[in-house]
Amino acid sequence: MNELIQLNLSSQTGRKYWRSLNQLADTPEFRQWVEREFPEGASELLDSGSRRTLLKLMAAGFGLAGLTACRRPVEKILPLSKGVEGYVHGRPLHYATAMETCGIASGLIVECNDGRPTKVEGNPRHPFSLGATNAFQQAAILDLYDPDRARQVQKQGVKSSWAEFESWWLEQSAKLGDGSGLRILSARSTSPSLEALKAEIAKKYPQSAWVEYEPVSFDRVTEGARMAFGQALVPHYRFEQADVIVSLDCDFLGLDTLSAQPVKQFAARRKPEDGRELNRLYSIESNFTITGAMADHRMRARASDVASVALALARELNVSGAELNVLGQNSGRQQKFLAAAAKDLMAHRGRSLVVAGPRQPAEVHALAALMNQALGNTGQTVVYTRPPFAAGDTLGAVKKLAEDLGAGRVSTLVVLGGNPVFALPADADWNALFRKAAVAALTFDENETWKAALWQLPEAHPFETWGDVRALDGTASIQQPQIQPLYGGRSALEIAALIAGREQRRGYDIVRSYWAAQWGAQAEQKWKKALFEGVIDGTQFPAVEAKADAPRVLAAVQGALKPAPAGIETVFYPSWHTLDGRFANNAWMHETPDPMTKLVWDNAALLSPATAKKLGVKDGDMLELSAGGRQVRCPALVLPGHADDSISLQLGFGRSACGRVGRGVGHRVEGLRAAANFWFGPAEARKTGATYKLVTTQEHHTLIEPITGLKRHNIVEEFSLEEYRHRAEHGKHEEHPATDLFGGFDYSKGYQWGMAIDLSACIGCNACMVACAAENNIPVVGKEQVAKGREMHWIRLDRYFSGDEEDPQAVMQPMACVQCEKAPCESVCPVAATVHSPEGINEMAYNRCVGTRYCLNNCPYKVRRFNFLNWNKDIPEIRKMVFNPDVTVRMRGVMEKCNYCVQRIEEKRSQAKAEGRRPIRDGEIVTACQQACPADAIVFGNINDPESRVAKLKQQARDYSALEELNTKPRTTYLARVRNPNPELV
Amino acid sequence: MTVFSKQFDTKLRLAAGAVVVLLGAGGAIAAYLFHPRQIDTGYTPVQPVPYSHKLHAGNLGMDCLYCHTTVAQSNYAAVPMTEVCMNCHVRVKEKSPKLQPVRDSYASGKPIPWVKVHRLPDYVYFNHRAHVTAGVSCVSCHGRVDQMVEVRQVQPLSMAWCLECHRNPAPHVRPPELVTKLDWQPEGDPAVLGAKLIREKGIHPPDNCSACHR
Amino acid sequence: MADLAIDPRLELNPPLVQGGMTYSDVTGKISSIVEGKAPKQWWIAMAVAVPLAGLLFLCLGYLVATGIGVWGNNSPVGWGWDITNFVWWIGIGHAGTLISAILFLFRQKWRTSINRAAEAMTLFAVACAAIYPLFHTGRPWRAAYWLFPLPNEFLHMWQNFRSPLMWDVFAVSTYGTVSALFWFVGLVPDLATLRDRSTTPLRKTIYGLLSLGWRGSATQWRHYELAYLLLAGLSTPLVLSVHSIVSFDFATSLLPGWHTTIFPPYFVAGAVFSGFAMVVTLMTLARWIYGLENLITMKHLENMCKVMLATGMIVGFAYGTEFFIAWYSNNQYERFIFLNRAFGPYWWAYWSMITCNVIAPQFFWFRKFRTSIPAMFVLSIFINIGMWFERFVIIATSLHRDFLPSSWGYFTPTWVDIGTYLGTFGLFLTLFLLFLRFLPSIAISEVKGVLHQQVSAGHAAHGGSH
Repeated sequence: MNELIQLNLSSQTGRKYWRSLNQLADTPEFRQWVEREFPEGASELLDSGSRRTLLKLMAAGFGLAGLTACRRPVEKILPLSKGVEGYVHGRPLHYATAMETCGIASGLIVECNDGRPTKVEGNPRHPFSLGATNAFQQAAILDLYDPDRARQVQKQGVKSSWAEFESWWLEQSAKLGDGSGLRILSARSTSPSLEALKAEIAKKYPQSAWVEYEPVSFDRVTEGARMAFGQALVPHYRFEQADVIVSLDCDFLGLDTLSAQPVKQFAARRKPEDGRELNRLYSIESNFTITGAMADHRMRARASDVASVALALARELNVSGAELNVLGQNSGRQQKFLAAAAKDLMAHRGRSLVVAGPRQPAEVHALAALMNQALGNTGQTVVYTRPPFAAGDTLGAVKKLAEDLGAGRVSTLVVLGGNPVFALPADADWNALFRKAAVAALTFDENETWKAALWQLPEAHPFETWGDVRALDGTASIQQPQIQPLYGGRSALEIAALIAGREQRRGYDIVRSYWAAQWGAQAEQKWKKALFEGVIDGTQFPAVEAKADAPRVLAAVQGALKPAPAGIETVFYPSWHTLDGRFANNAWMHETPDPMTKLVWDNAALLSPATAKKLGVKDGDMLELSAGGRQVRCPALVLPGHADDSISLQLGFGRSACGRVGRGVGHRVEGLRAAANFWFGPAEARKTGATYKLVTTQEHHTLIEPITGLKRHNIVEEFSLEEYRHRAEHGKHEEHPATDLFGGFDYSKGYQWGMAIDLSACIGCNACMVACAAENNIPVVGKEQVAKGREMHWIRLDRYFSGDEEDPQAVMQPMACVQCEKAPCESVCPVAATVHSPEGINEMAYNRCVGTRYCLNNCPYKVRRFNFLNWNKDIPEIRKMVFNPDVTVRMRGVMEKCNYCVQRIEEKRSQAKAEGRRPIRDGEIVTACQQACPADAIVFGNINDPESRVAKLKQQARDYSALEELNTKPRTTYLARVRNPNPELV
Repeated sequence: MTVFSKQFDTKLRLAAGAVVVLLGAGGAIAAYLFHPRQIDTGYTPVQPVPYSHKLHAGNLGMDCLYCHTTVAQSNYAAVPMTEVCMNCHVRVKEKSPKLQPVRDSYASGKPIPWVKVHRLPDYVYFNHRAHVTAGVSCVSCHGRVDQMVEVRQVQPLSMAWCLECHRNPAPHVRPPELVTKLDWQPEGDPAVLGAKLIREKGIHPPDNCSACHR
Repeated sequence: MADLAIDPRLELNPPLVQGGMTYSDVTGKISSIVEGKAPKQWWIAMAVAVPLAGLLFLCLGYLVATGIGVWGNNSPVGWGWDITNFVWWIGIGHAGTLISAILFLFRQKWRTSINRAAEAMTLFAVACAAIYPLFHTGRPWRAAYWLFPLPNEFLHMWQNFRSPLMWDVFAVSTYGTVSALFWFVGLVPDLATLRDRSTTPLRKTIYGLLSLGWRGSATQWRHYELAYLLLAGLSTPLVLSVHSIVSFDFATSLLPGWHTTIFPPYFVAGAVFSGFAMVVTLMTLARWIYGLENLITMKHLENMCKVMLATGMIVGFAYGTEFFIAWYSNNQYERFIFLNRAFGPYWWAYWSMITCNVIAPQFFWFRKFRTSIPAMFVLSIFINIGMWFERFVIIATSLHRDFLPSSWGYFTPTWVDIGTYLGTFGLFLTLFLLFLRFLPSIAISEVKGVLHQQVSAGHAAHGGSH
């Protein structure tokens, strides 16, 4: 090859030479040559960021071939042939859309770069997003480009087409008659258009049945309302109105609400300087959830004991006047707790709240409703509306479906979304049952259901297709596609239209016509408005006047509730990684640690230290859990603060049919999950003797040093409200002057960027971590590398336990580069690859970094991340479409870290300059973590402007610098966590 | 047995001296030849369509912005879409064989594969909007394109070269409305006018890393 | 001479050359090593060394192709075996120049028969050390290109001269250069001797070229002595500066366990300590291979044992001081890091260090151990190991548990770490064996020098009794 080039050189003049190199550079031969010569570098040719390597290699290669050969490879510019409306090359476009998970919908705004959706943000206009997102919504964008999605219509694994499927359906439907043989099994949907189609189908096939199933469902909430009020209703909590909140096993800040709204409202009441009274949260739960971590008082109770606790509380509150006999016996400590909580609640009538978790039986929800009614909260802090989805006895319907399938009464089963074969209750062998009917399954990936189906249909991603959704309060949004279906997938809506026998079967037509019908006249403007705003006005459900007949309901509750049997029980939870399995092939989610356990790439059987001792297990010991004659195996992981005799299991792992990322990750616990113990129930736990490697990002639990037993200060600061008030009076303590070895910068002029992170508001929900990964092209390294301590997250959530090991408190600390003004990393870098910007940002110049890792060693916060290997090496082409074009993709041997989303700063700066060189407004620049944060715990801005939010926060008495005594002068400072304990309980 | 002649020492010393000199010279020459000014400037790839800026921008006096429309809005100065060419060429030279690729592209919707001339090093983010709106003319980086039959790279586009201007922008700043007037010359010293504009508009080009590297 | 034949050990100041060797004996003995056929032992040693050296290049190749990830380094332990080995080898490289230069200036005649080999050892150790800072970046081409302050027209950028790593580059390269010069200048007269003795034209040419036309004239000797003295003077401060600067890599950081002012003297002492240990290891071997008992006498070895005892105690004292200051500073992080060294997850490394560096040398209080070849060989090996652990303890245990408990970790070496380290031994041994084989491993001219004094002294004492 070299000779070849030399030939060209010798034979031709410099300019002609370009043509020959041009031709060469494009030949496969050339590429092969590079591959051969530089296997390591060549693999990087493909990834956008490290084209530099190619230059280097070319230089090396052609260097031999003479001087002109040191020139660059030829690159093409491919402008569009015809224009696209509103498209400016290099400018991102933003579209409003929406997405629902488990029947909970949130409005989103998706950023598209050159036609590629690259980033998800919340839609400020949407009541359940309010501009924020959760980790799952952030990660959804990665699923869009998942190369392992279902990408081809198949009939029993044989390549087929939509046309063939449709023709098959036509003949199949001819045989259906009144539809007694037709069943439709769909994921929970709030889509009004689908609702309409359902009605049509029910009309067309009166004897058919439509079953909606979600492994993570809220049926018990609506059923509880039915028990209390005689109709299925959804309670809407107004946390920002509540001064006292009692949570009965409800992780309303975490996975039990799946939307930003409750967090926004709750966190708004955790900021003492706002002048509003701090709310007080009492949490009663079995697992240690992030809601429990935010609680001022927390009671550990097995999920099955929560009912009796609820009764005891109801008695304390004297909800009916009638004497309540409480099941079982609550300990003296619990009694004290409940008495105090009750007193607190009654002291805040109409401004308090009792919330029950979706795992708890209907009775507990009914009790909660009664308590809120007795406290006069109904209509104040809690209102009820009808549910946006078909509420009902899902498990009953599923049972019926199993019977029908078993009895051969079902000829045709259509699965619309989800992964029922994996997730349906384990009472029946669904794999076998699915063979008993002609199953057409529309699934997102080639999952267990797909494998069991006759017709295997690829489902479109929410960002690929038209649709509509309703938020929990009914607010409707149009779901508009950001990109053509990458793999020709279709939506449930489109399949439903086929079944309904509609002529128009394109998602757009279905949705458009439905809403046109609703709007009648000025449909056109309303449609445009709906698309633009992402919400449809006036679609919110009206509040329902709900009044419960307390004595009657209590009687029913008393009758229904039985004392919980003693002994071990298992509780099923959604997973922070896969939710219910739907994110099982999403590498971002697997690598983002569970907020409490810090576990990555796995699920585990969480248990309390005492229970672990009782079972004789330690972290990583394999447990065999059995209930109702079913067994599953899952490794144990000790979680301080977990309820005793209770084992928490996360759903959605151990997927047998899954993409490359998720296949065989974790352990499937659905095998234990039957209708009887759908959320929790008694079980046997046995140590098997086998062990399994669990990887956590944080090996250590507390701020107490081993060996010395001393507490480390100046890392996380916490005070009670009293201490805070005292501090606030005496003002912020003075910073001790310290001398500096090196001359400083002049920070008095221009923009000086800084950040304040409110530990009092931060709930540790991981949204910032995933948002950062999406914004800054942060690579995924995998379980083994995380085990070595090589995770790459620029922002991490440090979780510290404090107090008693059995019943500790926890606090979360988001830790990214704090942008020290006296940065230890800067003085030690031999090549000046990390230096200070005049605006106070500690910059990282990737192309300058040689990789000595000295800066990492010298960083007291250990927030620097090193590319130990080329993490971007084996990324499939399609997966690269998710990269943010404004941020370099780093190559191996390079140090990286948070830079305050400098690309966003520069973008706003150039915009401000373009608009007549105006100053950048406060709040105009929003970092990715800040934008995603549902708790508004992160504030970024110009600390030189005394009027800016961040500058004001830094004046607060509870503002402090982590490791202040090192005199690194961090630009990111923290607002200390303020707890609001009940004086009676401290 | 004798191996070394009487003059051997002298020869040896001369040889040693020669080696030192050669190495020194070689290094110096290499340093000069491998400089971006030698390596990158003068790059004149052959384009799929023999489009002449001299004809369009020079003789016909078309404004840069007629084709490079997004220069003031975006990082990129957007190579025009085929339909922009066709705005005129449906009527002008509509039969010319040289324009066949353009007509094909317009018909098929497939892009014309132009060859990139001005290529910045990797890890560099250049923003046309920021420069053009600040009054840095196209000519400062691209030279007298209006006199080029085939576009040629005239500046090294090396970091040192960028910094020269960022550290002393005055000679390159002009009223923003004149940025596309490639032949424009102010009365007197451009640096004087530049300095005045810089003062008025508070232009202070950054020279920190993340201004360009992210 | 019969009356001279008394047990040298009973004599207060035994002669540096024994067995009544004459000038020609000395010349013959040393030159014969180069001229004769290599003994079996030499081939055995080579058979071990060369494959190991091969392993080094294998590992480095793999590293460069794949990335630092093939080593055990991680966050928080950004430096692991790489810098540990770097410091260790540099330390070993200290004895050579110390023996040659400082002892020369102090007119310590006993250095004569060991300085040559010690200097060679220095060079090879520095070569091994230099590998690590270059390759621990994973992309040595960039490190090489950007660590040297070339005037760069491309970037308008300079290195960060505040960074101790930058100082390292200068310190180590200077030290390497000067040591090489010093060594070569010392070699010139002996190369000439070899040239004159050599029988084949090839040898004559090569040694001829290397000996730069040395004729041994009085003028040449005068110039030679002067040059040697100057170089000795030049390299003396280097002995102190190099390891002081290496210690700055740690001392100037803010990491507990690194951030301490006693590092420079403590590192220099440690370097001399390990350097002498390595010299003893090699000398006892060379003695065994070539039977140089009369030239490398018990006196040389015993003196080196004394130096080890002294420096060993300085090092031990430094360990104590560290702990005291950690306690005295009343700094929580300092206190923890030192307790963590002794009682944390790396306790085994710490106590190995103490055993090898503080306890082992104490045996040298006893003449019995100072004069027993097996004893000093074993003990010197112990010290080599101990000094490696010292560097490992300083680097790994300080890094693995620093300020934020959330980011604490642990370091485990991979096979590539181990292979690279063994590889450097291979390289070192190969070079050293080649040196033994092809160059005069003992300074002939200098030994003759002391022999001359010795002989004349002898004559004086016995009134010319024959």
